[in-house]
Amino acid sequence: MKTIVKYVLLDLVKNKTILVYTFILALLAVSVLGMSGNSSKGLLSLLNITLLFVPIISILFSTIYFFNSVEFTELLLAQPIRRKTLILAEYAGVAFALSIAYLVGIGLPVLLLNYSLASLTLLISGLLLTLIFTALALLIFVLFKDKTRGIGAAIITALFFTLLFDGLLLSFIYAFSDYPIDEPLLGLISLNPVDLGRILVLLQLDVAVMMGYSGALFKEFMGSAIGSIYTVACMSFWILIPIAVSARKFRTKDL
Amino acid sequence: MITIQHLTKSFGRFKALDDINLEFESGNTISLVGPNGSGKTTLIKSILGLVIPEKGTIKINKEEIKTNWAYRSYIGYMPQIGRYPENMTIRQVINMLKEIRTDHSRYDEELIESFGLPAIQNKTMRNLSGGTRQKVSACLAFLFSPDIFILDEPTAGLDPVSSELLKDKIIRERANGKLILITSHVLSDLDDITSHIVYMQEGKLIFYKGVDELKKSTGEEKLNKVIASIMKDDYLKNHAN
Repeated sequence: MKTIVKYVLLDLVKNKTILVYTFILALLAVSVLGMSGNSSKGLLSLLNITLLFVPIISILFSTIYFFNSVEFTELLLAQPIRRKTLILAEYAGVAFALSIAYLVGIGLPVLLLNYSLASLTLLISGLLLTLIFTALALLIFVLFKDKTRGIGAAIITALFFTLLFDGLLLSFIYAFSDYPIDEPLLGLISLNPVDLGRILVLLQLDVAVMMGYSGALFKEFMGSAIGSIYTVACMSFWILIPIAVSARKFRTKDL
Repeated sequence: MITIQHLTKSFGRFKALDDINLEFESGNTISLVGPNGSGKTTLIKSILGLVIPEKGTIKINKEEIKTNWAYRSYIGYMPQIGRYPENMTIRQVINMLKEIRTDHSRYDEELIESFGLPAIQNKTMRNLSGGTRQKVSACLAFLFSPDIFILDEPTAGLDPVSSELLKDKIIRERANGKLILITSHVLSDLDDITSHIVYMQEGKLIFYKGVDELKKSTGEEKLNKVIASIMKDDYLKNHAN
C-alpha cells in the first residue's frame, strides 16, 4: 500500500493542475489577507474562497484522475494485490496531494500572516472538505463505468452541495416558517458537508450570529465547543462512509 | 494448468462469454482468435480476476481463483492499451512494480536491455510513443518470470525489429515450459509461435484445436490462410463436435 501511495504522489507532485491550484490559492490568500486590515474579515473571505474552490476542484480533479488511471489500475490489479488495498492506496495518494496543495496554498500564508485559533479551524475545515470530496470522487469512479458520465456526476455533486442545497434549505425554511423547525434544520444541515465546513469556522468567529440562520442555530443549541465537535464528527462520517461503500463496491466492479 | 468450466458473463443484455469450457496446459502457446467483440479480452480479464464472472469456475493449478488473489503472482500480463501515470518515468514504473512484488528478488531484464529502454529510462510516460509504451508493458509482463503469460495484442504498434525480439522471447519462454496466452489480429505474427488456436465468436467457443491438426484438415500452410478457409468454408458445420 505504501509503495502505491508513494508513486501516486511522485506522479502528482509533478502534475500541472495541482501546481496551478496551489499557486492560485496562495495568490488569493496573500492578496486577501494583505488587503483587509480586519483579520476576521480576511478569514471570512478566505472561508468563502475555500468553500467555493475546494469542493469543485477536489471532486473534479480526483474523478478525472481515477478514470484516467483505469488502465494502470488494471495492470496493478493483475499483480498479487487485494482490490481493497489498491483502491485505498489510490485514494490516499490523491487525497494527500490535494491536501498538501491546500495547506501550502492557504495554510502557509494564513499561518504566517494571520495566526489564530480561527485560522487553524479554517485549515481543518478546508482539509476535511478536500478529504470528503475526494472520497465522493472515489465513489463516483466505482459506481460509474463511463468517464464522461462520471465527470458529469462529479460536477452535479459539487454544484448540488455548494449551490443547490442552500436553495432547497431556504425554501424549506420559508415553507415551514410557521412551525418550530430549528431541530430538523440542524439535521438537514448535517447532510451538507459544505455547510458543515462553513459552520465549523463560523463557530470560532464572533460573527457567527450575524452570518445567517444556520450559524446562529448551532451556536444557540450547542455552544461553540460541542457544536465544533459535532460538525467535525459529521464531516468524518462524510469521509468514511463514501470510502467504505467504494471499497465494498469495488470488490465486484468489472474493469 | 488453467481449467475453465461453464464460464459465463454478460454486460447488460450482451453476452460476452457464453458457457466457455477450456483447459490449457503448460508448454503451449495458445492463440485466442476471433472477430472484434467475440469475448477474447473478457476471457483474459476473467482469468486475471479483473472481470467477475456470473457463472462458472476458473482454476489455476487446481485452485479456484474466486476469492483468492495471490494466484496472480503466477501471471505476467501485458494489456492491450498501456497507459501509465503521465509524470512517471520509465524507471519509476519499473521500480514501482518491483517494489510491489516483494515476493521476487530476481528479475528477468532481458527485454528491457534488448528494447534499449535503459537509454530512455528517465523519459516521462507522457512523452513516449504508443510503441514505446507497448515495449514497457511487455517488459513488465516478463519481469518476474511467471509461469503463465497473458499477452493482449502484444505486437500491435511495435516496429518489426521489436516485434521479432518479442516473438523470440515468447518462443524461448515456451521452451522453458511456460504457458502463453495470446490474442492478436495479426495472424502472420502468430505463425511461428502458436501451438493451439482458440476460436471464439459472439462469446461462444467455436473450436479449440492444435495448429498441426488444423493445417492438415484445411490443407493450408500459413495460419491466416488456415483461419480464412475455416471462416469461409462450412468447416465449422462439418467439424463441429
